[in-house]
Amino acid sequence: MAEYKGVLICGEVADGKLAAISQELLYAGRQLANALGVELSAALVGSGVNGLSREMVALGADKVYVVDDPLLKDYQGDSYVPVLEKLCQKVMPEIVLVGQTSMGRDLAPRLAFRLGTVAAMDCVLLGIDPQSKLLIQTRPVYGGSALATFVTESARPQMATVRVKAMSQAERDDSRKGEVIPFAAGLQASDLRAKVVNKVKEEVAGVKLEDAKVIVSGGRGVGGSESFSYLNDLAKVLGAAVGASRPPCDSGWVPSSVQVGLTGKIVTPDLYIAVAISGSSQHLAGCSGSKCIVAINKDPEANIFKVAQFGLVGDYRKVLPAFAQKCKELMSG
Amino acid sequence: MNIVVCVKQVPDPETPPSSFKIDSVANRVMPAAGVPPVISPFDEHAVEAALRIKDAKGAKVTVISMGKDLVMDVVKKPLSMGADELILLQDEAFEGGDSFTTAYALSMAIKKTGQYDLILCGRQAADWDVGQVGLGIAELLGIPSVAPVKKVEALDGRVKVERVVPDGYEVIEVPMPAVVTISNELGEPRYATMKGIMAAARKKPTVWTSQDIGAEASKIGKAGSRIKLLKLFIPVREVKCVMAEGESIEEAAADLALKMRAAKII
Ligand SMILES: Cc1cc2nc3c(=O)[nH]c(=O)nc-3n(C[C@H](O)[C@H](O)[C@H](O)COP(=O)(O)OP(=O)(O)OC[C@H]3O[C@@H](n4cnc5c(N)ncnc54)[C@H](O)[C@@H]3O)c2cc1C
Ligand SMILES: Nc1ncnc2c1ncn2[C@@H]1O[C@H](COP(=O)(O)O)[C@@H](O)[C@H]1O
Repeated sequence: MAEYKGVLICGEVADGKLAAISQELLYAGRQLANALGVELSAALVGSGVNGLSREMVALGADKVYVVDDPLLKDYQGDSYVPVLEKLCQKVMPEIVLVGQTSMGRDLAPRLAFRLGTVAAMDCVLLGIDPQSKLLIQTRPVYGGSALATFVTESARPQMATVRVKAMSQAERDDSRKGEVIPFAAGLQASDLRAKVVNKVKEEVAGVKLEDAKVIVSGGRGVGGSESFSYLNDLAKVLGAAVGASRPPCDSGWVPSSVQVGLTGKIVTPDLYIAVAISGSSQHLAGCSGSKCIVAINKDPEANIFKVAQFGLVGDYRKVLPAFAQKCKELMSG
Repeated sequence: MNIVVCVKQVPDPETPPSSFKIDSVANRVMPAAGVPPVISPFDEHAVEAALRIKDAKGAKVTVISMGKDLVMDVVKKPLSMGADELILLQDEAFEGGDSFTTAYALSMAIKKTGQYDLILCGRQAADWDVGQVGLGIAELLGIPSVAPVKKVEALDGRVKVERVVPDGYEVIEVPMPAVVTISNELGEPRYATMKGIMAAARKKPTVWTSQDIGAEASKIGKAGSRIKLLKLFIPVREVKCVMAEGESIEEAAADLALKMRAAKII
């Protein structure tokens, strides 16, 4: 397996800019490349993305492979997988990192299988074993109740996806030097077996959950869609976004795009107020990176109090209006 | 139309976090006492998706489950919901595998069923939370896939699906055969009816070994595994929760705000 060398990260572009995950992957990739004393390469795949290659160099890539093709405008397995397969065959990296994003969840398994390896999905910690030089992949399992550490012994590349916001972001240094290498996609429109016929946006107004500094989240105990007004009122006072655990989304009280958790969004606000949420491991997977969790729950035994810095036992209908009132008073004073 | 649904038996993921225990010598999860296993929840959604197509268009729904210590009442649940056939992959040789060996064995079993148009999986199994096997099956069979999906409709030779993305969904059409992985946004799976339960009780699952599906020994179980588990452990979280107090709920709510203010959180 000596012919495999170096670290390759798969960059991601959103709205014409490098997505935050790209900077996290460059950070993680740089650490691993340094530990192994090898090069860090980055794949920059998309349409009209060429201009971002220098930024990837500034963020730590020694080489940036730019695959710029109109057929790569949006992520599609049928176009991205063969492109990255070809790139991996050229670069022969010993490690490939992909983001655990909507794209990465689809791309990494297919790419891994095509290359004859498997991916360690949703890693929160990566390291190099000093003796074996193998990639140590640590990922939450059982809904986040446990962590598991794996190595890929008998296949190359060693491939992992990285949970969003689990890594620091690479620091930009515009004096860094690196090589930008164009790489032909070699795709035909007929390669795309799956056809996207429509895109439906279900975005909620106001602060985006992923970017919010403060989040007020409601659980099954909120009881209905109207009752979310208690949370909206508090959110207004705090300038917060409103999120939810899975049951309110499943019941249609709020759109599923505000679900926080293992299979929803991963959020890391300064303040996360969990209202009538019991604190299942799958929910905590999405919010445990918050700087401060505050729990409001009528059950003193609820698991959420085990991870909260501040708690209040009581019916949220009584708690929230009084709490919002006091916050308003304190924040204006 | 032939639909195959891949269903995995897992420890009930909704058991409270406090009762979650691991055997750190064997690197295994210890099943919570008295809590029966379940079908992985997203796989139950996948069964529901298959049955909706069966209701709308007519289809034969075959369920495949690989594992050891399978509980008959658990793995038969899809039959009692309305699936037609159950195939169990049971063989010591399958044990100690990973996503690759699992996808390989399932893809060999799917090939053995003969005709398949649509393969449905859960978006991820609720034990190891990987989300790789469905897409791996698609790779091994050389067919397209869409993941994760909240609605599936069978058209002529194609399926129309709604793929869940962070800010909404994409409507995608893909030619069959294809793999589609299902997410909970599909909606509640149906309950088993009394009639269904009785019919399921009478049905005998087909059991296939690694030889029955023609699996290469080097591609299953420990031998075929590309990934090795080094350690399984429960992370320590040590947070001391400061509780707000007061004569009344309203006072406690004000106390909470004051405490948070003192800690410079608001
Ligand atoms: C594979 C998998 C993935 C999953 N992914 C996610 C995910 O991404 N996100 C997610 O959230 N879940 C996820 N789940 C579901 C998860 O297991 C839990 O079922 C869910 O998080 C529970 O939500 P909850 O806390 O709102 O509801 P419950 O557990 O029912 O808790 C409701 C709480 O409300 C409290 N309450 C009730 N009334 C009041 C009141 N008037 N005032 C104050 N408190 C009150 C109760 O005491 C209780 O603690 C997943 C499950 C699986 C198996
Ligand atoms: N042992 C198994 N038997 C049947 N189906 C499985 C098995 N393991 C995984 N699957 C299917 O593959 C999906 C994804 O599993 P995983 O990649 O392990 O998270 C599951 O939701 C199932 O549909």
